[in-house]
Amino acid sequence: MSLISLSPLDLALAAALVLLLALLSWRLRLGVERRMLVAAARSTVQLVLLGLVLKVLFENTHPLLIGLLALVMLSVAGWEVMARQKRRYRGFWGYGIGVLSMFLSSFSITVLALTVIIRVEPWYQPQYLIPLLGMLLGNTMNGIAIALDGLTRQAHDARERIEARLMLGAGWGEAIEEIRRDALRSGLIPIVNAMAAAGIVSLPGMMTGQILAGSPPMEAAKYQLLIMFMISAGTGLGSVAAVWIGSRRLFDERERLRLDRLARARH
Amino acid sequence: MPSLHVKALRTALLTSVDLDVDAGELVFLSGPSGSGKSLLLRAIADLDPNDGEVWCGDIARSSIPAPLWRRHVGLLPAESGWWEELVGGHFPVTADDHAGLPELLARLGFDTDVLAWEIRRLSTGERQRLALARLLVHHPRVLLLDEATANLDPENRAKVEAVIADYRVEQAAAVLWVSHDPEQRARMNGRRLAIRDGRILPELAAADGTEARP
Repeated sequence: MSLISLSPLDLALAAALVLLLALLSWRLRLGVERRMLVAAARSTVQLVLLGLVLKVLFENTHPLLIGLLALVMLSVAGWEVMARQKRRYRGFWGYGIGVLSMFLSSFSITVLALTVIIRVEPWYQPQYLIPLLGMLLGNTMNGIAIALDGLTRQAHDARERIEARLMLGAGWGEAIEEIRRDALRSGLIPIVNAMAAAGIVSLPGMMTGQILAGSPPMEAAKYQLLIMFMISAGTGLGSVAAVWIGSRRLFDERERLRLDRLARARH
Repeated sequence: MPSLHVKALRTALLTSVDLDVDAGELVFLSGPSGSGKSLLLRAIADLDPNDGEVWCGDIARSSIPAPLWRRHVGLLPAESGWWEELVGGHFPVTADDHAGLPELLARLGFDTDVLAWEIRRLSTGERQRLALARLLVHHPRVLLLDEATANLDPENRAKVEAVIADYRVEQAAAVLWVSHDPEQRARMNGRRLAIRDGRILPELAAADGTEARP
């Protein structure tokens, strides 16, 4: 099996299907045609750009360039986490909690996989590093966004319950214990479900890609497993970090509940 | 020595509060709504950011961790929060703390089987009385009461007033009580203060300048 290269015409045909869908949305007055076309255009530009950047990167394995790209990916993911919060932390923390916890989880697990499991030489070889990091960031981002959103939303709604415990002499950790647990659980459920359904309900995207690109299915399956386990660990670690930092930030040094540190997002 | 000693406490609404409540003393606080009574109690319990210092006996607030402070200085808010499904989940589990609980519940008009009741089925008045029980089993040295009898019928209000009066005497606790009810303030025979223009004055002087003449 070898790779069949796609021509611009092939892609144009696929794009025509999206156009058709937009037309349908317009006819049925669903009102999403504009957003759909913008999103399609965005993904085209973004992916082509990424392809170009990766092409340059793969040709000269320069640690600085790779580091730069990794940073850009991290900051965009951090932005995305913040954008999905209904109630955001004011100031630096709105952005910082997501970035910090994703950095802790995604970066450490990617480096672990590259050095200990796949053993790439050198470990920062972009052909492995960038896709792995991308998969991890994309997925931990989801988990962290859900967990943080759950934390801040529930804390906001449960002010009376939390303060009732504080008034009786509970520490901040005890006062927000259940909410924290709940938020973490909701952050972990998507990846647990994805693991359980993998291969039966859905053929995971990465494995599909590898098979289309001509890899032996068993190799593709093994890589998919590796990625899934890494994603689970990364999501778990990242959510724990985000929820811990986030819940600590809801209280000040005198362990008062400080909901004024949250701002309602303008949607 | 005062049991509650507030010095130069500043909140968003109050300029600079100095206040002493002796051990075993009852002090009522009244004032128009929005004048900052509840916020003052919250600030004393260190639930909102505030400046100034508060002492409980000879313990300065800033010298101990906030949770420990709040165990000494117990706040009963107007609306109490409940975090477990059943009433019993809100009371300490050790037998030692439970010693006086059945008697306390009985005095507030409950059997001990109230501990198995569901929170969402309680009436506002039941919640208010149970919140008091929940607070008193921790034996705070200072009681900060925010409208402690607002939702009670006369019979239950009398029960709560009696429980608080006895606790104050037996434990030599300082009680600072925000109450809208002028009859209650007169009936219970405590020192009466009022908030006016962000300052704390004796109630009569605050109500009307002309009445302040001796």
